[in-house]
Amino acid sequence: MSDYQLIIVGGGPTGLTAGLYAARARLKCLLLEKGAPGGQVLNTDWIDNYPGFPEGVSGFELIDRMTAQAKRFDLEIRSGAEVTGMDLAGPVKIITLEDKSTLTARAVILATGARPNKLNVPGERELAGKGVSYCATCDGPFYRDLEIAVIGGGNTAIQEAVYLTRFARKVTVIHRRGELRATRIVQEQAFANKKIEFIWNSQVTAIEGNKGVERLRLRDNEGQEATLAVQGIFILIGIIPNNEMLPAEQLEMTEGFLTTDREMRTNLPGVMGAGDICYKEVRQVVNGAGEGAVAAMSAEHYLAGQ
Amino acid sequence: MAGDNLKHLSDADFEATINGAIPTLVDFWAPWCGPCKAIGPMIEELANEYAGKVVVGKMNVDENPSTPGKFGIRAIPTIIIFKGGKVVDQVTGAVGKTQLVAMLGKAL
Repeated sequence: MSDYQLIIVGGGPTGLTAGLYAARARLKCLLLEKGAPGGQVLNTDWIDNYPGFPEGVSGFELIDRMTAQAKRFDLEIRSGAEVTGMDLAGPVKIITLEDKSTLTARAVILATGARPNKLNVPGERELAGKGVSYCATCDGPFYRDLEIAVIGGGNTAIQEAVYLTRFARKVTVIHRRGELRATRIVQEQAFANKKIEFIWNSQVTAIEGNKGVERLRLRDNEGQEATLAVQGIFILIGIIPNNEMLPAEQLEMTEGFLTTDREMRTNLPGVMGAGDICYKEVRQVVNGAGEGAVAAMSAEHYLAGQ
Repeated sequence: MAGDNLKHLSDADFEATINGAIPTLVDFWAPWCGPCKAIGPMIEELANEYAGKVVVGKMNVDENPSTPGKFGIRAIPTIIIFKGGKVVDQVTGAVGKTQLVAMLGKAL
């Protein structure tokens, strides 16, 4: 006996798609989301590469639609429900919430996702919200006509650097290597943009300022130091897995991410993983959603065999 | 009914509101900010649950340029709790209801 047949932990595109499939399979299912549904996709202003939207779509609208779709099939979603621990080893899985209450299910899908990585340099924590940002679409407009820096060389960093030129007078991209990792078309946009400059082979060693960010201390790969005066710094250097609530001693993981097979199964029977929490190369909304669907079907298959 | 308790604040009535008799919670937001919209429903819930005990308001930073600057706000969503016109607590980012309830508990 358990409260639910399936509990999905995480309400981003991955969890919502898993929930949609679970609801349509008429599983007794609960989706738990610690904040409001959406996850990382809420932080992007426009998505041009999620199929089915020729004009693109905003992160918020995409989530709004996914949520409405899942609710159409009566998916139960509990927002503001933070999972702080789990015991997944036995046939009945136990999920513990922040208020110490517990829920049980015979199967669980882990879709807890990831969050922005930090530089971990002096000044970063102290000046958070006062010039240090991890979300260009949230905070870009506060930097109208100012000079800012973007740290990173991947898709997020370069795409957001281009986005930020709508507001900032000058955007300096600082990357620790000599070439970018971003998709070709995104790189081309950045190189063609007159407001964007690049500082290569360099890293930020400190963020300084009195009541807000005023300058960055840099060091290049040869040890040469420099200072860059900016009023804002956008740190877009990748992600770290949201794995604090996962039972690491029970689950097989690689570098903090979940190890799964092609059917999104983890090493534990009845436990599936999907989305950015999984160990994989590509982290996009489209494959997160796809993995959510596969995980739900694996869960359904597992429950049928119980 | 549902929207009645949530105040929409402007530069004009801000000072008067935060200097009121009971604490005020202000959610600084903007329509282009995804995480701001995501926490919108939760802020409305707080407005209803704390009616009479805390004034819960939202301020659109696009429409009200002067107030956010006074409080050094350069990132949204930023939620500030005021008591007697003074900042007693503040958080930036799409935090969960539990965290805000805890902050309100300390302020009351």
